[in-house]
Order: sequence, then C-alpha cells, then structure tokens
Amino acid sequence: MFVINCPYCGEREQSEFKAGGEAHIVRPKQPTELSDDEWAEYLFMRKNIKGIQYERWNHAHGCRKWFNMVRDTSNDEIKAVYKMGEKPPTI
Amino acid sequence: MKNKYSIFSLIKNAFSYHENWEKAWKDPSPKKEYDAVIVGGGGHGLATAYYLAKKHGMTNIAVVEKGWIGGGNTGRNTTIIRSNYLWDASAGLYDHALKIWEGLSQELNYNVMFSQRGVMNLAHNLQDVRDLKRRTHANRLNGIDAVYLSTEEVKKFCPIINTSPNIRYPVLGGTLQRRAGTARHDAVAWGYARGADAMGVDIIQNCEVKGIKRNGDAVEGIETTKGFIKTKKIGVVAAGHSSVIANMAGIRLPLESKPLQALVSEPVKPIIDTVVMSNAVHAYISQSDKGELVIGAGTDDYVSYTQKGSHDIVEGTLNAILELYPIFSRMKMLRQWGGIVDICPDASPIISKTSIKGLYFNCGWGTGGFKATPGSGDLFAHTIANDEPHKLNAAFNINRFVSGDLVDEHGAAAVAH
Amino acid sequence: MSKSLRVKTSKFIDETTRVSFKFNGSNYYGYKGDTLASALIANGIHLVGRSFKYHRPRGIMTAGSEEPNAIVQLNNNSARSEPNVRATEVEIYDGLEASSQNCWPSVNFDIGGINNFLSPLLPAGFYYKTFMWPASFWEKYEYFIRKSAGLGKSPTESDPDIYDHKYIHCDVLVIGGGISGIIAAKTAAKNGLDTLLIDEKPNLGGSTIFQNSDHHKINNQTSSSWLEKEISEIESLENLQVKTRTSAAAFHGYNFVLARENLTDHLSLEDRKNKVRQRLLKIRAKKVITATGSLERPMIFNNNDRPGILLSSAVKKYVDFYGVACGTSNVLFTNNDSAYETALSLFKKGIQIKAIIDIRENATSKIIDEIESHGIKIYKSYTIVDTEGYKKINKISIMQLSKDGQSVVGSKINLDCDCLGVSGGWTPAVHLFTQSGGKLKFREEDHVFVPNTYPSKQISIGSCNGEFELDEILKLVPLQIKNFLDVEKTDYENLSVEVSKNLSKRNIWLLPSDKVIGKTKPFVDFQNDATAKDIKLALREGFRSIEHVKRYTTTGMGTDQGKLGNMHALGIIAETAGVKMGELGTTTFRPPYTPLSFGTIVGRNVGEYFDIFRRTPMHDWHVKNNAEFENVGQWKRAWYYPINGENMHQAVQRESKAARESAGILDASTLGKIDIQGTDASEFLNRVYTNAWSKLEIGKCRYGLMLHEDGMVYDDGVTTRLDENHYIMTTTTGGAANVMGKLEDYLQTEWPELDVYLTSVTDHYATISVCGPNSKKIVSKVIPDLDFSDESFPHMSFKNSKIGNIKCRVMRISFTGEHSYEINIQASFGKSVWEKCMEAGKEFNITPYGTETMHLLRAEKGFIIVGQDTDATMTPIDLQMDWIVSKKKYDFIGKRSLYRSDTIREDRKQLVGLLTDDPQIVLEEGAQIVEDVNKKPIEMLGHVTSSYYSPNLNKSIALGVVRGGKNMMGKKLFIPMENKIISVTVADPVFLDKENKRLHA
Repeated sequence: MFVINCPYCGEREQSEFKAGGEAHIVRPKQPTELSDDEWAEYLFMRKNIKGIQYERWNHAHGCRKWFNMVRDTSNDEIKAVYKMGEKPPTI
Repeated sequence: MKNKYSIFSLIKNAFSYHENWEKAWKDPSPKKEYDAVIVGGGGHGLATAYYLAKKHGMTNIAVVEKGWIGGGNTGRNTTIIRSNYLWDASAGLYDHALKIWEGLSQELNYNVMFSQRGVMNLAHNLQDVRDLKRRTHANRLNGIDAVYLSTEEVKKFCPIINTSPNIRYPVLGGTLQRRAGTARHDAVAWGYARGADAMGVDIIQNCEVKGIKRNGDAVEGIETTKGFIKTKKIGVVAAGHSSVIANMAGIRLPLESKPLQALVSEPVKPIIDTVVMSNAVHAYISQSDKGELVIGAGTDDYVSYTQKGSHDIVEGTLNAILELYPIFSRMKMLRQWGGIVDICPDASPIISKTSIKGLYFNCGWGTGGFKATPGSGDLFAHTIANDEPHKLNAAFNINRFVSGDLVDEHGAAAVAH
Repeated sequence: MSKSLRVKTSKFIDETTRVSFKFNGSNYYGYKGDTLASALIANGIHLVGRSFKYHRPRGIMTAGSEEPNAIVQLNNNSARSEPNVRATEVEIYDGLEASSQNCWPSVNFDIGGINNFLSPLLPAGFYYKTFMWPASFWEKYEYFIRKSAGLGKSPTESDPDIYDHKYIHCDVLVIGGGISGIIAAKTAAKNGLDTLLIDEKPNLGGSTIFQNSDHHKINNQTSSSWLEKEISEIESLENLQVKTRTSAAAFHGYNFVLARENLTDHLSLEDRKNKVRQRLLKIRAKKVITATGSLERPMIFNNNDRPGILLSSAVKKYVDFYGVACGTSNVLFTNNDSAYETALSLFKKGIQIKAIIDIRENATSKIIDEIESHGIKIYKSYTIVDTEGYKKINKISIMQLSKDGQSVVGSKINLDCDCLGVSGGWTPAVHLFTQSGGKLKFREEDHVFVPNTYPSKQISIGSCNGEFELDEILKLVPLQIKNFLDVEKTDYENLSVEVSKNLSKRNIWLLPSDKVIGKTKPFVDFQNDATAKDIKLALREGFRSIEHVKRYTTTGMGTDQGKLGNMHALGIIAETAGVKMGELGTTTFRPPYTPLSFGTIVGRNVGEYFDIFRRTPMHDWHVKNNAEFENVGQWKRAWYYPINGENMHQAVQRESKAARESAGILDASTLGKIDIQGTDASEFLNRVYTNAWSKLEIGKCRYGLMLHEDGMVYDDGVTTRLDENHYIMTTTTGGAANVMGKLEDYLQTEWPELDVYLTSVTDHYATISVCGPNSKKIVSKVIPDLDFSDESFPHMSFKNSKIGNIKCRVMRISFTGEHSYEINIQASFGKSVWEKCMEAGKEFNITPYGTETMHLLRAEKGFIIVGQDTDATMTPIDLQMDWIVSKKKYDFIGKRSLYRSDTIREDRKQLVGLLTDDPQIVLEEGAQIVEDVNKKPIEMLGHVTSSYYSPNLNKSIALGVVRGGKNMMGKKLFIPMENKIISVTVADPVFLDKENKRLHA
C-alpha cells in the first residue's frame, strides 16, 4: 500500500484515499456539439498506460480534496503530486 | 493425437519409468509468416488458436506469449465457472462456454477437472433478493439451470454458512446453479496448448510483442522480441495488457487495468463442497481438490500493472469470509497473489473487430474471464476466421460504447435505495 | 521419557518445570522451553505425520518455521482446533494435545500408505492424464481424490480467541534478531533512531546464541557469550522496542510490513483467558533492515525422506539448545563444513557419531582436523545411495562418487544408524526481500541467490545477504549499517573474530545412486512428495518455465512453500535443461512468509464489529415498539411494526390503510442531506440535476433527478431553496455518500470557478414524516405557532420554525401522495419530537409505518425508487419522466448521453404499470415479462420491479419495465413462473389519485 503525499495534508496511508482514474480529461464545454464517437472518446476511452500515468486521487477520508498524481503504473512508484489546476510536472 | 492420455498409457509408461512421454507441446521458433497470430498465450488465446485450427482449418497460425503460457490471469484466478448471467447476451455467451466445459476433458484428452459442484450466490438485503430473483427468472427462461433458494435451503446446501438472523447482514436467500462449478486452471491452458500444437499451431513462449505494423487501415504483422512476424490477422487476447497492445496499433479501448487479488488457505480435508459467492458481503470461496480454501477478493480502484494489490482488500475479503464462515478463523492464509484485470465500463467483455482491418480484440473480461475460456476462444476464432462476429458475440462489439447499447452486468447489482 | 535422549542441561530449557502434553492420545512430558518437536524427539518419537500424496511416514526435519513434514493438528475436536501446525514452532504447555494428520486409522498404520506402492502410476501430473472415462465419472473420482488430499481438518466451531491490529510507525524496522539483527538494531537505537526489532522465535540470538565452541570467537569470547552480553544490554536502550514470537509475514511496497505477534499460543489454556491471541502489526518503517538469516539445504538422494533424517543444523540445535539428542547412533552427510560443527556439538555431549559422509574430495579445515582427531570416521567423496527403515531410518548405504560427481563407483558400504543429519549448504532467506519487489542475482561460486536491487529504503544484512560466516558478517554488517542509516557511530567496528571453518562446498543438486533414477525416490518437496524424477518428467514433457514445472509437479506449493527444496528444484531444472541458473530465475515468493491465521488478519472486525451500524435518533423507539428492521446500506431502517402477532403482509396492510385514512408517521432520517451554499448554488443545481433550478422561489421545494454522465438515472430526491444562496438537497439513503462524492468531484475538478460549498448533514438532522388526511391537525398540535394554512404553506414549500426553543425546518412534501409534512430537527431532539407527534396523533390513530409500507404507498402513486425500479440502464425518458428533463438547459450531467443512437431508440425498456388479470395475484418482484409464451427461444421484454397488494385499491398493483412499454397501454402480457403463467395488462403506473387531490385534502 502506498504512502501518498496529499498536497493539502502531507503523507497519509493509501487507505485514506480513493483513486479517480486518468487525469486531464477535460469535460467538453459543448457536449451537444460532439458526435457520438467524440462523446464516447470522452466518456469511456482511456489511455490505461503502463508506465507514467497522470491520474486523479481524492483524499476521501481526510480533507476530501481532489488532486493529481503522477505514478508509474508498472511499479507503483509515485513520482509527484500536484493540486487541481496546477500545471502537470514533466516526468 | 499420437500420445493419447489414459490410465492405460499411464500403466504402459510406468514400466519404462515414464521416460517415454512426449512433449505436450513443442517449443518452435517463429516462422516468417502466419495466416493469423494470436497475441497472448492464456486460456482464451490458446483456445482461440485451438478452434481456429479445429473448426476453421487455420493451422498455419501462431500464439505468441510474452512469458509462459497460462501465466497471467489463467493461472491466477479462482476458477469459478457459471453461466447464470442476467442479460440475454451474457447468458448466451457464458452458457455457450459452460456447454463446452461439460465435455472439454474428453475433447482435449486432458483432464481439466471441471467439477460441477454448483455455485451459490447469496442475498443479504431486500434489493439483493429482488435482483437474484430477477436473474433466476431470466436464467430459467433462457434455459439456464438456476433456482432460487430460501435461507433454509442455502443452509442445507452448504451447512457451514452462518445463516443466523443475528449477523450484521443475514443471509436472506440465494441462487444455485448446479451445472456451475470449478476447473483446474493450469490444465485448461495446457490442454488447449497440447491440442492446438497437435494440429500444427506454433506456440511461441518468451516472445513479447513490441509493435504492430500497419499499412494504412490494415495490419501487416507484428514486431516481437523474436523478430518480425508477417500476418494479415492479429487476434489480441492479452487481458491486463490489452491497452498496451492497442496503443501499439494506435487505438484506444474503454479499459482500465486494475489489481485483482486472491488467496488460498493451507489444505484441509473436505469442508465446503460448493462455490459460494456473495456480492454484498464481498467474498467468494470454494475448496480446491488439493484441499485449499480458494478465496477471491475484489479489485483495487487504481490502474496498476504490478500484479500487486493493497492489503486492505485482502483484509476486507477475509472480514467477509469470517462473517459468513466463523469456523475458519483459525485457518491460515498460505499464499496470496494478484493479477491484472482489464475492466470495461459495463463489466462485460469485448470480442470484436476493430477499426483496423485484420486486428481483433478479445478483452475486458474483468474479474470473470476464466469461466468463458472455451466459449470465448470459439467465438473469437469464428470472428477472426470470418471477419464477422458470431451471433453470440455480436453484442460484445466495441461500438456499443459509442451507440450506448451496453451490456451492463453492473446493472444487475443496482445500488441500494 | 527416554532419559537417555536428554543429554545435558541446556540453559534454554527449564528442567525444573515439567510440562505434560498429549500426542496421538498418549501422555508425554517435556520441559518448559521445549517445542513439541524437541519434546517428541526427547521421547524418542520421530514419526509425526504422513506425506500428502504417497502417505509415506515422515518425521521432524528441521527446528524452525521451514519445517515441511512435522505438521500436526492441535486441540482436535475443540474450539481451538488448528490444522497444519509445525511441531517445530509449537512451544509446549500443560494440556497441549497434538495429533498426526493425513493418516487413517493412525500414523503408525495408515491405509493411505498403499499410495506408496502405487507410486509408479502416480508421477507428476498423472491426474491430467486420467480419470476422464467415463465422462460423467469425474465427480466420483474427485470425491476420493479430495478425501485423500488435504492435510489437517478445518475447525468446526467458532473461534473463542480474540485478535487485534496495531499500527506502528518507526524509523527503523529490523527483521530478525540473530547476530546481524542485534548489531543493526542496537546501532540504530544508539544513534537516536526509533527502532523496532522483531524475531519469530521466543528468544533473540538466532543460531549464534547456542554457538558455543572455540571455533567461533569474538573478542576472545565464544560467540554465544559475546552475543548474550550484547542482548543483555538491549533493555536499557530507550529507542529500541523488541518483539519476539513475532513473525514478519509480508513485506509490501513503501516499506509496509505486516507481522504477526504471537501472544498466547505458548500459554496454558487457562492462562489465555481474556487475552489477545495474536496481533497483526501493520508497520510503516522509514527504513527496513532485513536480517532473516539463512536456511540449511537438504540434499537430494534416494529415500532422503525417512523419519530420523534431519537437517544437520537441526540436529545441532536440538542438542545445543534443547539438550536433546536426535539419535543414539548418528551419521552426518554433508557437502560443506557445517556438519562438522554439528559433529563437534554431539561429540562434546558424548553422543555417538558413527560417521560423516562428505561428498567433497579433499576438504580440509581446522574443524575437520579436530573431528578426525577424535577418531570419527569421515568418508570423503562418498555419497548416500539409499536408506532403509520404514518408520524410522535404521540403515544407510554409501558409495564413492565418481570424479565428476555424476555417478557412483566401487562397492556399497552399509552403515546402521538411527539418525542422519544432512547439510547441503545454506540458502539466504530472501523471501521478504523479493516480496517487497527486490530483484535477486545468482552468485555462481556458491550457488546462491542474493539480493541485488532494492525497491525501497531497505537493506539485507548477514546471511540473508549471502554472508554466511561470522568473520564476514562482523566485518561487513557494521559498515553496511553505518552507511545505510547514515550515522556516525557504531560499537562494532574492529572486533576481533576467529573462525576455523573452510568455506569450500561441492554442489551436486541431484546426487547419483547405483539404481536408475526411475527406481529411486529422491524427494525435492518433502510435503508434496515431488521428486527429482517428477521434475525431469515435467521437463521431458515440455514444461520449460520454472513456474510450469512448479505447477505441474506441485514443487514448493506445500504449507512450507518450498523453503527447503526450491533451490534444488531450480538446480535440477537448470542442469537438465542446460540453462544457467542466473538466467532461469526463481519462482515468485508470495506472501505470507509463514501461514497467517485468518483471525489475525481480520482482527477485531468480526461479529458486531464486521461493519458499522447506522441508527437513526429514533432507533430505540422503533425497537421498543417491536419494529422489524431492514438493512439499507449501513443503516438499520424500521421495516414494519407488527402488532398482535401480525405477519409482514398484515402489518403493511394495516399501516398503509391508516396512512391513507387518517395519519401515518415515518422515520425518514436516513435520507441523505447535503447543505449547498454559495452564490452559484442555483447554477450548480442546474448542472447536476436534469431539470431547471434558477427560478425556484425561496421557500419552495422541487423534486430532482440526477444522472450519471452516461445518461442513466443515478439518484433522486427533493431539494429545497432555503435562501437566495442556500439549498438543502436530499438523496436516497443508499446513495448519499456517493452523491456527495460525485458533487464534490465535479465542483472541484470540472467547475472550480463556481462559488459553491457542500456539507454533508445527513447525521445532523432527524427527519419525521407525518402523512395522511389528519397530518395537518397533528403537526399543528406539535408546532402550534406555525401557520399551516394551505395558502401560507402549500404543497412543495418550506418554513423555518421552532418546537419550544429548538429550531426546525418543516417541508410540505410527499412521497405517499398524501397531504404530508416533514419535520427536520437537530438529531438529538429527534426522538422527543417523534414522541410528541405520536402523542399529538393519538386521537387520529397515528400509525408508525416502515419502509415496506412506504414502498407500497409510493407504488400506488407510481413514484419510482432508484435502485429498485431503475438499474443503471434506465434513462429518465425510459422512466417516462420526460417532463423532468429540461430541453432548455444547455447542459447537465448525462445530457449528451441521452442522445446517442441506442439511447434514443423507441424500443428501449420503459417503466409501466402492470395489473394482474386476477386482482388477487401479487406478482413476484424480479419476475420476467413476455409477450408470446410460445415463442422459442422465449423473448423477455422486461421484468417486474415493484409489486404489492394494495389495500387502498383492493387489488394487486405492480410496476415493471417493458421493452417498448410506453406504446403498449392496455396490452396483455404474460409472466411465466415455474409452474404457471400469469396474465397482466399494461397500465398507467399511477394507480391512485392521478389528479393529486389527496395532496391538498
């Protein structure tokens, strides 16, 4: 189990967090103008990367803030955490 | 098959100290070109190759496997086989598989130990009861043997379940599919490998796919650690790594790969003679022929390719086990492991053509792919050979995520109100 | 007790305290400090169990947790029954009862032993090749296979013991309290680091603590006395916590280590009362030092499994530590110098050593010289080709090895003996290291896998890192620790060490015999009866990967997880297949290191602590008034209130009539409540609900439907505008937490620009719903100051008020279709206000009703229950609730998905009412609906979602979803049950008061 450095609370046990999937998938501003294909791309299609993944986590049993994390999904090494809205670090 | 397995061949070979058994499958180097290449040497991939050769006459084919055959989820799952699914499409798919399971040992001349000891699903709240009854009615009308059991009948069928009304989530009833059960997972991979090999299929282990070569909208071959292999048809059956392969072909899939864990206890004499599953009190349990309690846990909620999950999941599963089977408190966990399962948003698989000609995907089985192995192989072989899905897997196309016609097996476990 | 086997007083055994125990029904004695294994050996008993497959007699092989054979059932037929316990780890206590496993009728005469004679027919994987005819017979074969497999017996009673969990955060965790671990832990603690040292044994000191010979000296003392002094200082170290009887079970990523602390298993049953049996330590360490030592290897030769054949190091430990001789006539068999240390220990205690068989040609060292000087016969370059003795070894046959070690030459020599100690060299215990994700490398010169790369802040030291000799350890370990911990000080530099062993070793994975291999039984996995022949067969059959060989032969899959034999299996595979061992790799060591009780993993989370109970503020009232309860999520909700022996049906009929005819009262406190504030609150609601919210007046309530982004109905509830920028949202009971999470997610990640604040207030309020024609009269009595007139307080509106001095919110909303009010008040006043309502309603026969009646009442009105009438595949259009989907709003969660090609289809399943042709028949919820019962295959159009007998309508009513149902009004459909077909007519889902007159009555 990971130790996650919540950008608001500091290092906490993974048990306190919930994962929220791939990050930086922006919800389309004008969904009604998208084709079914484009909408499906937003709704369901995922990179599901083996390697460096940018993803969302929520400190559900803590401050309840959402934040982003960079993690290597091939070995679960956490590379960085950053707040929502912040520029993703390059790893 | 030249080297038929039977008690007689065992006796015969005993006289020569078992020195004369033949290889179950060869260990060939890849040819330059095949009519089709299956990526992934798990149960589903090997079954696909077997049926391509057997039913569609495609014997100039290969299965390429990154590691050793059956080493992924085939060899890591809790081997539950059942077909009591809610939706017609799912019921059709899984019961097709179950029917093949029933004769598979004889078909393959390899004892896959398919044991029809029944699978019970328990209900712990009133919505569970409604959902299980709904499923049972649907099963019955679809010709699948499923019955609804009262709490007393649950107790009678599996006396060690704690059916006291005083537990936190009492057992309110359950369903039973008697034709369901378990099988020996390794034997499934090995049996299909041996069968496919005998028909001329090349099974190439330690051969990792590094790239998919495309010419416009059609595939031309695969780059592997053992060199380039030319082929016009690629069937990808790579479970947890499906997205990785898809990425090589430049397409995206509606999948997330997550850790799924399981564990076994130390072996003991027979104590539980069926398979019991519970969704609300989340735990699955059966006992292997060797005597180990085989216990399935849930998935973690994050993507990981490490084949490791978090301890919390294991702990939560055993909490549930002791809630339902307090007698197991002094039993001991012997081994615990994880696999990588690729999960679709609707918890149903994809057995489908793709937008690229000659590229087919069989993936998204989530936590329950083992039971479908023979059916999945058969239908995927049909899809590859004919470049058209069989009617039983037509609903499991990739396009459903665009049109919205999902096969939502999550739907069967609706949220409590 | 055979006195002769207790050799000499050992300071680790308390010979003044006799302990009585039972083994296989007979009484024996041992001493305090004995393990079951040492006590049995002292009583001359080696035969402890039968092997898994061939039921061969097996004895004690080791003195530790790697034991494959001596596993027993403890306290059979009692609530503390426990299968598969290693006799080498059980500390005896008064009243201990142990028995042999996997044998019938007894370990001395076991019917299953016939398998040994059938063994030619039972090679590796035989079961894959047979039992296939006739096809239907597998289950019959399987019955017998299952019966003969398994080892011990599962307990059959609930466990009387309690278990616990403890989190420990420390700077340094040291696993293993041998000499390396002691040095590491003390160094860490002395440098001010918060340190935890754990060891699986009852005492610290590992194998050095009984290493009492002149051949190992530290600063001119024997190594045992040096270490003893080091350990004695530990207590005075403030930063060092020591836990013995504590076994590291699993080493996960991020230095998360699970360990089992055994607290009472060594106590008499009497002394265990009210004590925690085992504690699972969840340790998060900044740095981990693994000092788990090494395991002695057996050697693989023909019939190497008989009782009386032990590891040489075990023979030594039994004599030095427990003061017990394993035999009176001993032979040692070795490929390295370790066995000579055992010989010396035996010699010093006056125990006969018949011979030492050493497969090396010209090994020389000081210790060998000393043994030779005592006149002990050493057969150099000899190997054992066979052993005899069914229940205990009584003879070995040896022959000279050929130069290349691949065959034997010369004539056979037979030697009588009653104990054979075997040493095949040492294997670093790298299990925990590899669990953590560490990668190994193969050290060719002495054929061992040692740690190579570390995935976290950790280090392996001492013999688990491949340093086997005292001088190496003491030279390296202090420096490694200093560097790893980045500290200045260590007390262990510049120790003077004397060692007189020679490190030479001759490694032969499979020793030759004079017989062809097919006729021999060289066991590699002792518990699972996998032999070298099985491994070679697997390779011949094309199983090349080590994982394949392991699975095909079951090597390493026993309860010992192959701690002894795995290296030989790898060696034999490498040799047979002509592969280098370094390239072959190892199989995965899976946690736990030693088996871990389910009870320990679960800890306190059993019984009533399995999951939390959520109870409403009025719960005690419901209990007092005989309510039956329903589990809804974690909530206990009153389901119905039977009186005078009513069954559920009768109670519900009475409750629902009362609610419609006069007054009913419902505890609705479990509904989720979310307080929403901020200048953008209305806009936020516009985006999360399907309908429009901007124009809702202050003081008004509105029903809302929430969708998933995929367009499917997710939750519903009434939201009230309390003020310009203040709303209170209600959610379903089960959905509350998820809705809260989803709203926070969208707010924080998609719409951070919105000025909205969300607070979950579910637990803060008690909610009392009073409904029925007399509801107004009742609430007026409870809140006399409030104007309840219809003009001032119409349906779907809200007022702030007070009951006494306590503020409350009153909503006029209805889920039953009756005129009704909901009082929300601070939770702590819930019960008293409920009681006030009951008192006020007495004259109107106010009737408490539970969830079942609520479901019936709302079904009469055709109101849906999300989760019952919907199942995550239903859109609002499918529910025929088009009216709630705003066409004007540009966007809301799920909107786009409603317009996909398959979600706009007309023939989707739609919610309809169903009326049975026979109004007395109540449909079964979940029953399937068809149009044509004769069609093959039958086509299911949908199912019954809700169904009740309505006492208010005097007929059965039901809701269901039907494909194309909205165009089927009045159509006849069928419900095929097991034994009958019920005909129904599709109807409007609103069965009662379609004009909503009752709301205003």
